[in-house]
Amino acid sequence: MLAYLIRRLFAAAVMLVVIIMVVFGIFFLVPKWAGVDIATSFVGKQADPAAVEAVRVKLGLGDPIYVQVWEFFKGIFAGRTYSAGGDVTHCSAPCFGYSFRSEQAVWPVLTDRFPVTLGLALGAAVLWLVLGVSAGVLSALKRGSLWDRGAMVVALSGVSLPIYFTGMISLAVFAFGLKWLDAKYVPLDESFTGWFGGMILPWITLAFLYAAMYARITRATMLEILGEDYIRTARAKGLKEQVVIGKHAMRSTMTPILTMLGMDLGALIGGAILTESTFNLPGLGRAVLDAIKNQDLPIILGVTLITSLAVLIANLVVDILYAVIDPRVRLS
Amino acid sequence: MTDLSKTGAAVGEPAAATPAPSSFLEVRDLKVHFPTDDGLVKSVDGLSFQLEKGKTLGIVGESGSGKSVTSLGIMGLHTAGQYGKRKAQISGEIWLNGTELLSADPDHVRRLRGRQMAMIFQDPLSALHPYYTIGQQIVEAYRVHHGVDKKTAKRRAVEMLDRVGIPQPDKRVDSYPHEFSGGMRQRAMIAMSLVNNPELLIADEPTTALDVTVQAQILDLIRDLQKEFGSAVIIITHDLGVVAELADDILVMYGGRCVERGPADKVFYEPRHPYTWGLLGSMPRLDREQQERLIPVKGSPPSLINVPSGCAFNPRCPYADVPKDNVTRTVRPELAEVGSRHWAACHMTPEQRERIWTEEIAPKL
Repeated sequence: MLAYLIRRLFAAAVMLVVIIMVVFGIFFLVPKWAGVDIATSFVGKQADPAAVEAVRVKLGLGDPIYVQVWEFFKGIFAGRTYSAGGDVTHCSAPCFGYSFRSEQAVWPVLTDRFPVTLGLALGAAVLWLVLGVSAGVLSALKRGSLWDRGAMVVALSGVSLPIYFTGMISLAVFAFGLKWLDAKYVPLDESFTGWFGGMILPWITLAFLYAAMYARITRATMLEILGEDYIRTARAKGLKEQVVIGKHAMRSTMTPILTMLGMDLGALIGGAILTESTFNLPGLGRAVLDAIKNQDLPIILGVTLITSLAVLIANLVVDILYAVIDPRVRLS
Repeated sequence: MTDLSKTGAAVGEPAAATPAPSSFLEVRDLKVHFPTDDGLVKSVDGLSFQLEKGKTLGIVGESGSGKSVTSLGIMGLHTAGQYGKRKAQISGEIWLNGTELLSADPDHVRRLRGRQMAMIFQDPLSALHPYYTIGQQIVEAYRVHHGVDKKTAKRRAVEMLDRVGIPQPDKRVDSYPHEFSGGMRQRAMIAMSLVNNPELLIADEPTTALDVTVQAQILDLIRDLQKEFGSAVIIITHDLGVVAELADDILVMYGGRCVERGPADKVFYEPRHPYTWGLLGSMPRLDREQQERLIPVKGSPPSLINVPSGCAFNPRCPYADVPKDNVTRTVRPELAEVGSRHWAACHMTPEQRERIWTEEIAPKL
């Protein structure tokens, strides 16, 4: 188990370096090859040539590529100082870049926005796990019944309907029509009930989409597991059906669900762009959307980096949980 | 012992009309049918037999003859965990120690399962849960039926693993199934089945998935344990060698029905059904020198959906053309006594069959 853990952690560390390289490549090498002036795109086309030139020096765009990579890499762990003559801009660690346009470091922007997205993703995940998995299990146990068909039709519509559609509908009905809920984001440290009330609709909207996917995969996995020999063995022992399903079948069904959860949660933590813009939540998704609109490249870079990190960490956690659930994983 | 020849006529009679039998296990006119899109699959279609404690019954037949379906039927595993609309249709009677299982409360049958009747499955790797240790699985099997704490149950598990010949049982009890070899897994499976001292043990092809060298060990183990616990054992196999080693009685199944049944000696040395001849002819024998070559049973098993009227074996029977007196070919042959406690279901007369066996079949084996 310990050896497995060390192997996974080492692999994650290697992956982290690769991710940083790739992100650097996307933002600094690809535009260069495409003939786009990086300094201009960092500052904006309307900026005066002197400012563009200052940024060019600050980013060290004239340096050899390995120096640029090293500066970029070092900045993330040790902080970075951008200087052009007497004009010095400091970006303390972890430096995810500096927005010369809005004159702020990227990291504080990310940390401001992060809790909103995290709250949205985690709350929705709890909701979709409970709903999706229980609906999936029930459907599997009552295969072919009216419940099964009904649940699968709802699940299909959940998968097919885009968030901006279900989100708008739920806003129109529950917030503006019935006025049951407030469609306004209140930060958690201001008022818990306000935050909770404002998050209910986003949670439900996001969870609806994912619950549908999880219900489908749970149903399919459960049906497959129920046909396994060891389930028959469990019954042959004289175990109650609740134990056969709840313990023996559920434990095996957890594996693929966990895999999906790791990837989905990782991706969502990097910003639920559609949900956040539909409900006007000031999260990472919203930040990246605004940044794209304003062509604020460093912010986009920062969000890309943090999304990759979130996926990496979520997968690491899933891998470790895997080993806890399935003893065979610890060996390989 | 009841006369088996008349059970064929009892088809459709209400179950309650019959009194409890004196045998430890008695199966009467068991039918297990599965509705499918293509039609009703008659996996078991009117099977009857008895078994006493301390005795072993071998059920032989090729794949799809209804052997495993019969064993799962006795364990009540067709009805437990049946989800969805299509349920197996089971009729007949299964008497275990004076209780009729098919009409009994399912929860009562569940309590008997694992305690009074237990089962060993064919492939121990897939029959054991990959995520739980051997010990956890045996402990669970013991604790369902005994209100003891985990420590006591674990001691019992170690004791059972020791009994079935697993070395260092106190260490191996914490191993996972994938850490065991095939033979060890089957030993562990046997330990789990026997942890509650069941009076009926059903072994469904217990050696099929195992190495040849391990097969004999497992069979020896089953025999020894049966002597020790005095249980009734049903051993299901397609390998006549296995039953020759273990069984007191043999029941030959074909197309969901019993075609021949009797004491092991009789079925081996005076078989009275052409299908049994076929099985014997297709069995490699190392103890005889002069055997020329194996004689396979031609053709494939019958469809269990559109069972032909008349004898199910007819299309594959080498003696289908033997003239038969006073027999309607579209009628199914019923089991008829051909010797003491020996029954066979064939349209040929016992004399015809005796002549074919002694003159044509036996010399070639």
